[in-house]
Amino acid sequence: MTYLLCSLLFLVGLSGVLLKRNLIKIVISLTIVEYSLFMFLALVGYKQNAFPPIVKSVAEEANYVDPLPQALVLTAIVIGLATTALLVALAVRIYEKYGTFDIREIRRLKG
Amino acid sequence: MKGMTEIVKTVSKLLAGLIFFYGIYIVVFGHLTPGGGFAGGVIISGAFILLIIANGIDEEKIKGEKERASFLESLGIFLFWIISIIALCMGAFFFLNFLGKGRPLNMFSAGTIPLCNIAIAIEVSAALCSIVIAFILVKKGDNK
Amino acid sequence: MSSPSIAQYLLPVLVVLPLGGAFLIQLLKKISKLISDIIANFILGVLVVLVFSLLNSPVLVYKVGGWMPVKGIPIGIYLVLDGLSLLLLIIINMIGLISLIFSISYMRRFTNRPLYYTLFLLMIAGMNGVVMGGDLFNIYVFLEVAAIASYSLVAFGTEADELEASFKYQVMGTVASAFILLGIIIIYSITGTLNLADIGRVLKDEVTEAPIILTGVLFLVGFGLKGAMMPFHAWLPDAHPSAPAPISAMLSGVLIKAIGIYTLVRIMFNVVGVIPLFSTIMLYISAISMTAGAFLAFAQWDFKRLLAYSSISQMGYVMLGIWLMTPLGILGGLFHMLNHSVFKSLLFLNSGAVVYGTGSRQLKRLGGLNQKMPITSSTSLIASMSIAGIPPFNGFWSKLIIIMACIQSRHFFLAGLAVVVSVMTLVYYLKVQRYAFWGELQLTLKDIREVPFAMCFSMILLAFLCTIMGALLLPGVKELFIDPAVNTLVNGREYISLVLK
Repeated sequence: MTYLLCSLLFLVGLSGVLLKRNLIKIVISLTIVEYSLFMFLALVGYKQNAFPPIVKSVAEEANYVDPLPQALVLTAIVIGLATTALLVALAVRIYEKYGTFDIREIRRLKG
Repeated sequence: MKGMTEIVKTVSKLLAGLIFFYGIYIVVFGHLTPGGGFAGGVIISGAFILLIIANGIDEEKIKGEKERASFLESLGIFLFWIISIIALCMGAFFFLNFLGKGRPLNMFSAGTIPLCNIAIAIEVSAALCSIVIAFILVKKGDNK
Repeated sequence: MSSPSIAQYLLPVLVVLPLGGAFLIQLLKKISKLISDIIANFILGVLVVLVFSLLNSPVLVYKVGGWMPVKGIPIGIYLVLDGLSLLLLIIINMIGLISLIFSISYMRRFTNRPLYYTLFLLMIAGMNGVVMGGDLFNIYVFLEVAAIASYSLVAFGTEADELEASFKYQVMGTVASAFILLGIIIIYSITGTLNLADIGRVLKDEVTEAPIILTGVLFLVGFGLKGAMMPFHAWLPDAHPSAPAPISAMLSGVLIKAIGIYTLVRIMFNVVGVIPLFSTIMLYISAISMTAGAFLAFAQWDFKRLLAYSSISQMGYVMLGIWLMTPLGILGGLFHMLNHSVFKSLLFLNSGAVVYGTGSRQLKRLGGLNQKMPITSSTSLIASMSIAGIPPFNGFWSKLIIIMACIQSRHFFLAGLAVVVSVMTLVYYLKVQRYAFWGELQLTLKDIREVPFAMCFSMILLAFLCTIMGALLLPGVKELFIDPAVNTLVNGREYISLVLK
């Protein structure tokens, strides 16, 4: 039940990639898919009644939420940014060459 | 590229400096508070992008900026590479945290981590600026 | 050879050196026109020398940052070199060096060559990191580095076709990475660790059925898409022809093996353990890839598109050998992987030479090239005979071992299918030879010449390797690097004890 929103976002994004016809909408759906996974990853590290993993003083030995998924999410966000930037740059160049964003028209490679 | 109205230009001039210093704060204290190199770099680039979009810029000046931004980006990554490889050259493990650790929870503690944060912040801010400048250049070519 | 405590310091160099070199090229590109060529080729030459100096070493484990295990539980990033990683490192760096030598001449027609070398070195660094990675997330990060570099390289010429192919490749590759990330998250939530050896150790004690099967399926879809297995192959026939020729050679000859087949095999054989249902499904996928790839290749009139479909078919052979899960099958599969990287990259470099010399890759517009381009046509004849499985070239031996392994495990239908597909492969490569190289020289092609020296050198080197690589099966030579690779897969879960020591 905790992860219902993540699964919903994942499916919304995936259906967007499959069904949408505009290049930019496909890119946005891909980012929705990725962000749902980041949320899922950050939620996996949750512990009940635990503190955020920021050390306030050295002697304190407290119950911290798992910090490893948070570091992984940071890395994955950077990867997602690079992918999105490359996709949008390609989409802009495709618009220059083909004159349209519609994937039904961008179909010179066949066979 | 045309700029925006007078109000936007004045407000952006006031805010850009604040955003820039906030970004530097997040970078420098990256080993103590959440944030670090990447998040701080994004905020720093936000200051520059705000100025570019609010004030407009003409084509020749922006081409020079793009070259400089790409160079800074490669420089940032190269700095990070050098920091991580110094330990390898000295015979210890790759990425070893070799500088003195200092008193914990101070600004100058945790070895090489603040230096790595600064290198990454340079790289990320330059990279994001060059991405936005590349998009502005493409858009200009489109209006021919 | 070298004692373990020194040799293990070479492991991070294989990743660090191309990374540093990539950005050094960006910093120094204004100095002279040739400096990017010199730096890139020098770095790859050093890498090949380093990889060959690691032959005959025991399993090496390198802990990045010096983070030692705490109470026997590994923390931190591990770089692990065992037989399988070494085989793939040899493939990656050798084919990389030869493609780089080829691109010294080929890329003269493109602008912005320093960018090409930067992306190429990033791709090599990413692939080296994937095959040496000792924990799941490190493999994911380096996989993304290599994939993003390859997306940009496919679109390098920025013609309309290349942009469309790269966009399609990227969308499918990003969805695949999302599935892989989901599988990694599920494994993390079950085992609490990301280190491959540690996951294997934890899963041995408590095996919960349903989430592990879900993870297996997710990894199958994700890595299957990266490695162009049959239901997920749709990006390959567009992406591989549109890339510049040395990049097609790298993509088809190295990338789909290093991030498609290697990662799935590593996770399934060494960490999770293969249930019989999974290997049956993989056998079906291999058989479908093999046959459908051959049938689709048969109908192509575009040289590079035919080679791309042929890659799908040959990857089916490799997977058929590996997923039979007998020692002979794994030997056949891995040896065919090694051979395929050599002759498929030779074929793609040939197509690049044809495009460079004549400006076209449509078979109907070529003809009689062996009169004007003798080196290109003779090397392509050698490569075609290798891939079709004609003795004494290297393809024959690996296909023979795979067919023998099928018969040995009583999969007679698969053995027959492999033979039929092999005959079909011969037929469509004869079609390429007949239309492109034999026959009469067309009038429009009267003035073409042979390609420059660097391109000829790399093609002749690869053809030479095709001829002598059958000798790798001789008893004395087999222990060099094929036997250790086979042993890591046959011994399966012993990887865990070797790494955790």
